[in-house]
Amino acid sequence: MQVLLTLALAKGIAVMGITVLLRSGQVSFGHALFFAIAAYGGAFTLMLMPGADLIVVFLLGLIAATLSGVLVGLFVARYRFIFFAMLNLAFSMIFWSILEKFYHYTGGADGMRLPRPTVLWIEMERGTYELFMFYLSLAMAVGLGWFSMRWLESPTGQLFRTIKTNETRLQYLGMSPQRVMMNGYVLSAMLCGTGGILMGLVQGVVTPEYAYWIRSGEMVFIAVLGGAGSVPGALVGAAIYEIVRTYASAFAGDVWQMVLGIFLLIIILFAPGGIAGIYNTLMDRIAGTKERGE
Amino acid sequence: MKKLLMATAACALLPLAAFAQDKPEKLQVGVTTFLTGPASVFGVPAKDAAEIMAEDINANGGIQGVPLELTFVDEGAGTETLTTEYRRLVENGAHAMLAAISSGNCKTIAPLAEDLEVINIMWDCGTQKIFEEGDYNYVFRSQAHAGTEMLATVAYLLKTNPDFETIAVVNQDYAWGRDSWDIFSAALKALKPEVEVVGEFFPKFGSPDFSTEISRLQALQPDVILSTSWGGDLDTFVQQASQRGLTNTSMFVLPLAESSLERLGSALPSGHIVGARGDHYWNHPERRDDEDFKSFMAKFEEKTGAKAIYPVFHMSQGLAALEAAYDKAAEANGGNWPSEDQVIEAFEGLEFQGLGRPVSLREDHQGIEAQLLGMSVQGGEHPFATLENIMIFDGAELTTPVGEESVAWVGTLEPGWVDSLTVETYAK
Amino acid sequence: MNLTLFLLALFDGIAYAALVFIVAVGLTLIFGVMRILNVAHGSLYAMGAYLTASLTTFVLAAGLPPIFAFPCMLVSAILIGVVLGGPLEWLLLRRIYHKPEVLQLLVTFAIFMILEDVQRLIWGTQPIFQSTALQLMGNVRAFSVNYTVYQLILLPIVAITLLIGLRFFLRRTVAGKLILATTEDREAAQAIGIDADKVFLLTFIVGAGLAGLGGALASPTTSILPGIGADMIVLSFAVVATAGLGQIEGAALTALLIGLGRSFAVYVWPETQVLVPYLIMVAVLLVRPEGLFGSPAARKI
Repeated sequence: MQVLLTLALAKGIAVMGITVLLRSGQVSFGHALFFAIAAYGGAFTLMLMPGADLIVVFLLGLIAATLSGVLVGLFVARYRFIFFAMLNLAFSMIFWSILEKFYHYTGGADGMRLPRPTVLWIEMERGTYELFMFYLSLAMAVGLGWFSMRWLESPTGQLFRTIKTNETRLQYLGMSPQRVMMNGYVLSAMLCGTGGILMGLVQGVVTPEYAYWIRSGEMVFIAVLGGAGSVPGALVGAAIYEIVRTYASAFAGDVWQMVLGIFLLIIILFAPGGIAGIYNTLMDRIAGTKERGE
Repeated sequence: MKKLLMATAACALLPLAAFAQDKPEKLQVGVTTFLTGPASVFGVPAKDAAEIMAEDINANGGIQGVPLELTFVDEGAGTETLTTEYRRLVENGAHAMLAAISSGNCKTIAPLAEDLEVINIMWDCGTQKIFEEGDYNYVFRSQAHAGTEMLATVAYLLKTNPDFETIAVVNQDYAWGRDSWDIFSAALKALKPEVEVVGEFFPKFGSPDFSTEISRLQALQPDVILSTSWGGDLDTFVQQASQRGLTNTSMFVLPLAESSLERLGSALPSGHIVGARGDHYWNHPERRDDEDFKSFMAKFEEKTGAKAIYPVFHMSQGLAALEAAYDKAAEANGGNWPSEDQVIEAFEGLEFQGLGRPVSLREDHQGIEAQLLGMSVQGGEHPFATLENIMIFDGAELTTPVGEESVAWVGTLEPGWVDSLTVETYAK
Repeated sequence: MNLTLFLLALFDGIAYAALVFIVAVGLTLIFGVMRILNVAHGSLYAMGAYLTASLTTFVLAAGLPPIFAFPCMLVSAILIGVVLGGPLEWLLLRRIYHKPEVLQLLVTFAIFMILEDVQRLIWGTQPIFQSTALQLMGNVRAFSVNYTVYQLILLPIVAITLLIGLRFFLRRTVAGKLILATTEDREAAQAIGIDADKVFLLTFIVGAGLAGLGGALASPTTSILPGIGADMIVLSFAVVATAGLGQIEGAALTALLIGLGRSFAVYVWPETQVLVPYLIMVAVLLVRPEGLFGSPAARKI
């Protein structure tokens, strides 16, 4: 359960990246790219520097994701809506093909292993290591969640959200929408990267599947499940998603995909606000009854 | 009130009961296998087989009187779900695990099993690297590895078609496809250095179309075409190749085609080399008259409507290894239920027999398994190809010695080595 | 590279492009009219393939001559369109037209996930092969290499017929003109009294039927097994986005471009074979964001 939660937190952090983007009205169908780049960055670090410490692996993975976020962002920040989604998809699929094809460097479809690194140069048993990773992910999730919420409320974040409401106004204000978009894009890439490197470190293995379009779709799915645009919703959504998925595959062996699909349909059709929406409605209702009571 | 009393009584009795007998109520074994995804062509028959075998074992009183309870985990659901489920089963008290099919999963699970301190039998792992790159206390392999399998294939090829000059390869682009070609080509280079490799193709795993590869192969006209592909990929490749007449001009060497024979039907013509990753064949020439073999095959066909393929044999070996280890350990323990350490001890040098020839475990936990290959032949009583000119190779001579690395070791073989091998040949 | 190899690569590319076009054209049609990128399109393709294989096997088992394999394809395509596509639009998609794009995309993603398991429940996990139609047509010999008539001649002919047929349908028939009008401007079309609901339903049925037809035509050439839909859908995404969303003729040319790019890659640098479609897509979209043949959307202020 603890490992499950660690994975859910890692995924949740990545989903926060999608959530941030959603606040500008944009949806990326290729953010698994940054997820995978960070994880592979970590794997390459461990391969080229055997015995590298967790901090080094983590930072290098994150730097790889951030740099590629800047690079890809330069190309895609101009685009909106379906073109934005498709272009992101294309970039992630290119990376996926490279991972699959260049077997001698990337291990092909079998991926690369991330042997358990030392933590602050201390060797750890699996149990302690996993406990540590759980608290690290938890701390990261809380810290980054808080940061993302603050960022969205900051002047830069406000501008970023204007892309959704009225992009032309940005131009009238003398701002470059590209620049504004770029800021948010790099932040979302970093969040996805953080999730990816955490995931890789907990799993001990990375595969090209990390970059596949279904993984990107899954992240968007979780973001909507949690409540499009809600940062805490991303984490709760990820936890619920992982639990449903694990129990579906444990108890409904070969139809877990279908269970998830139906779950997703129900959420969209009957609770489009996601978990956060349900929560708000409930709170409103409670507040409403109270008011009437008074 | 009555309920409460009963519960109290049960609680009071519990410590006593636990003390009186060490034997668990049931032997819980987790089995990872592909229930979804392309590799379910192996996973699903293996699961069916495991269910039949567990039923048989339990009908005969279980293992040392303890009934066997199998839980299946889907490898197709992705590494995350697989490792989470694996861990959950072990934490819920699984006594042993049978994992896994995919080489990638094997590499992930071997260290995990070691950390979780659970006996893990690698029942269908192809990669030779497990024991060559790591040393494990809890991990055992109840079958051969890619090195043995490829060497047997080269040996059969050289024995049946000694005069070929050119070869091309079309393997799936992932670890198995690449690694098996590394071993095969290294062995070929050592044993028949004059052969020229005219083409190496690694189409994407799960490719729906091999037209371009086949066009190139037709232009190249190699004498022999090797493909270690399996499942849908192998079926598609052979079908498309036979549709376009490539099977008439080149000899195909297909080390995993035994698992596709029935599906391929008439698409695989006579005269191509078929391998089975061990001595596995529904019509095993040395075993087909044995009662246990016949009765299992009848049950399997009744349950699934298909002939047994190699993962079924591998599953039988995995379960046989488990049963044999518990029996051996119990015997050493004076007939009492053995501890985990005693079972692990029993695995050393263990000999057991599934549906094929007996298998033995080496000190590095590697299984020594015989290898069967044959030539496809059409036009028998079945609507699909069967095997003729079957050779069964002795496993020990083909397996990389302890401490050696397979690709390097096969490179040290000399031409003529093939003639020194122990082989039984059967016309059909 | 000599002339023979060049021509071979050309054949490979054409045969491949024909199939991809048939699938992609349905996707682009649906997008053009409904503005929904249908992720479940790949599943409809896969189910078309499965259904054709089952029908053909059934028909042959019933003792009918092998030539009946061809009508089976058509029947499957129509069944996929009407029995599967129709209710999907009617029951699900209709509820989400007013919702944000993300949710629309996710609904089709959910349908995709569900249909993947439905396929497995109906047809199991073992690969299915039913190549009667292909064997019936035999081989043609070109430049010392055998090629199947089915792939080299029939598939391209079907693709071209489809292209011309769709053009005719959209420009010359009333139903087609209604669809085209809705594509141009949904609100204006509704304002002049076009029943958008009906147009959407019709479009989705035709689009789904085309996915089914693609699957049906692919079925004799390949093993049908779980997962074939997932790869096909990204490939058709690449074709559709490169061509420009909603561009039918563009999709044909792009499919050819991607097909040829892929087959030449096998000869020149095999490692890049899988990469080619996406490289082309990125390269085109970076220069022309609206796709090769798309027209820039009017800016809304």
